[in-house]
Amino acid sequence: MKVDLYERIWMWGVGVMLALFFGTLANASFRYGFHPPSHVETIDPKAVLKSPQFRRQGVYVDGGGAVHVSAVGLMFAWLPAALTLPAETPVTFHLTSVDVIHGFQIVRTNGQSMVVPGYVSQFTTSFKAGDYLIACNEYCGVGHHMMAAKLTVVPKAQWRTPADTVATPTGGAHAAHH
Amino acid sequence: MPRTTNRLILAHIWVSVLAFGVAAAMAVMQALSRANLEVPYRSARMYYMSVTAHGVLMALVFTTFFIMALGYAVAHRENGAIKWPRLAWAMFGLALLGTTMAAWAILTFRASVLYTFYPPLQAHPAFYIGLTLVVVASWGWCASMIASWRESRRRNSGRPVSLAMHGTTANAMLWLLATIGVASEMLFQLIPWSLGWVKTIDPLLARMLFWFFGHPLVYFWLLPAYVIWYALAPRLAGGKLFSEPLARVTFTLFLVLSTPVGFHHQYQDPGIPAGWKLFHTFNTMAISFPSLLTAFTVVASLEIAGRLRGGRGLFGWIGALPWRDPAVSSVLLAGLLFMVGGFGGSINAAYTLNSVVHNTAWIAAHFHLTVGSAAALTFMGACYYLVPRIAGRELELGLLARIQPFLWFLGMALFSFTGHIAGLVGLPRRVFETSYAGAAQASAWQTLTTVSALGGLVLFASAACFVAVILGTLLAGKRTAPQMIEWAEPLSPPTDGFRAGLWDRLGLWFVVAVVLVILAYAVPLWDVLHLTRYGSPGYKPF
Repeated sequence: MKVDLYERIWMWGVGVMLALFFGTLANASFRYGFHPPSHVETIDPKAVLKSPQFRRQGVYVDGGGAVHVSAVGLMFAWLPAALTLPAETPVTFHLTSVDVIHGFQIVRTNGQSMVVPGYVSQFTTSFKAGDYLIACNEYCGVGHHMMAAKLTVVPKAQWRTPADTVATPTGGAHAAHH
Repeated sequence: MPRTTNRLILAHIWVSVLAFGVAAAMAVMQALSRANLEVPYRSARMYYMSVTAHGVLMALVFTTFFIMALGYAVAHRENGAIKWPRLAWAMFGLALLGTTMAAWAILTFRASVLYTFYPPLQAHPAFYIGLTLVVVASWGWCASMIASWRESRRRNSGRPVSLAMHGTTANAMLWLLATIGVASEMLFQLIPWSLGWVKTIDPLLARMLFWFFGHPLVYFWLLPAYVIWYALAPRLAGGKLFSEPLARVTFTLFLVLSTPVGFHHQYQDPGIPAGWKLFHTFNTMAISFPSLLTAFTVVASLEIAGRLRGGRGLFGWIGALPWRDPAVSSVLLAGLLFMVGGFGGSINAAYTLNSVVHNTAWIAAHFHLTVGSAAALTFMGACYYLVPRIAGRELELGLLARIQPFLWFLGMALFSFTGHIAGLVGLPRRVFETSYAGAAQASAWQTLTTVSALGGLVLFASAACFVAVILGTLLAGKRTAPQMIEWAEPLSPPTDGFRAGLWDRLGLWFVVAVVLVILAYAVPLWDVLHLTRYGSPGYKPF
């Protein structure tokens, strides 16, 4: 097959461009550990509010001092409705739903995950100090646009470990292999 | 042309254009609603119903019926007759029945589940059964296309089929492979569950099956547009097709690469390990390659046209193109919008960047440039060429046809560019109103959604022009003799005498596509099926 010279130059050019695109992404994920939330763990949606991980929703600090958030989506609210977190600190979110699919989105950050009933989502990120809106970004019914929560991020020094800290929940984990 | 094939094609065009008109009217209300403007009948319930209707009628009904019409026109041009016309009519009836069932369920508020219909939101069974019938009918169309392609190969004895037939057949084959996903979701999950035969459903498995289908669906929309760009537009613009053999390779690559990419819609999902998502990222980058080849070949062909028409200098050929012919201007403007949409798409597909834009207004803005412009605007322009030839009538309201693509371009620029920015500053997609009870971060969206609503009004004006022109032509155009479609000539006929080669063997490439799909999906699907899973009952919060 005869391919015109200009076309051959173009083919190599776009080939190199796409390789660079993929190389950049692979580099970010392997070298810096950037991955989308890809936790594999299942949970009975009927038993969420009785499970060790989600019985109480909110902020807790584990035995090693790391900050976690347990949150539950339901039509049409996030539990809890307000969170206070320390700035510049990695926070691990654990999320699930008791009814339909929701989308947990901390506006103007890269913190977001789909929240699927029957599954536990998990991601870790950190924030600059400020007030944030947490929206639902997956259509969940007629009140979808009203489903929101508030996140307040305060400077690390001003942040106090919540009094009712849950020590280290074992989680409702079944077949967690990732 | 025998009258019966023409009637078949026009029957599809009628359904397509009427669905488009209803869906466009729905969209105006949505655009105004997101700008927090009060309009009559505005309510959240009405909004989510109308978003569902808009998505289903535009993305599934308008496109599918037009694509089937174009396919029959291509096959007819190829062989002088289509294969299995009775099957084709039966499938038209089935698709119309399915569309009517789904439309009834949606318009009576029984199916406000949006066109992605993620369970455990549960629609009326008529919605799922109706859409399944449309898919089954499209399989009949695929069979007719593949049979026509084989017939053409036999008749050509060793010479390749026309580029348009090649592209259309590649599309039919990729559609057969892709719809395995949605058909499985419908038959094994959604339909039994909505009828109450099973109590619960696994929403993650449903999403995996949906997106197995959902991304190749994009190419099912796009490939007919590429057929028009490669095989028709150069001729209408007064030029020749720059590189015929490479255009064939492009269509074949789409057949191979379209399906093993679905996880790039599920980056933010739990339950799918990161490594498999990255594998789908790689495949997604690979499938940008044939689109980038298309960009070169189509622009080069148009440059030939512009220079043949007397255009001089580096950019002078652009102005020399026949911008007054709506069948040409629609392709040119659709291509311009698609360049932006294509790069936006590679951001969506970027494994790491996706978390900034996923499920925001950016996404809706993005696919209004791809399916909503590259495909839809091209289809509208193609109608101005095809409908008069097939109906044997002169184009009515030519002035409206001439301004329509420009109105679409302007409306889409306003709607889409503001939508992209609003998404970057966090506006979720598919929300009835955007104020979030006065949240500080939400105030950044107000101006953007207002400009976007203005774009919606311009788009509606454009859509109204299109519907008026086509219905006017079909009902009142001056009668002439029906004419054949004429495909663009290649610039340089191949030196090896036009032999069908490796890239023309679509059956072989279909097998390669199946192997890639198994590589991309077998293990993650197996893993999900072997988790301890808890199903969900249905919810109808609408």
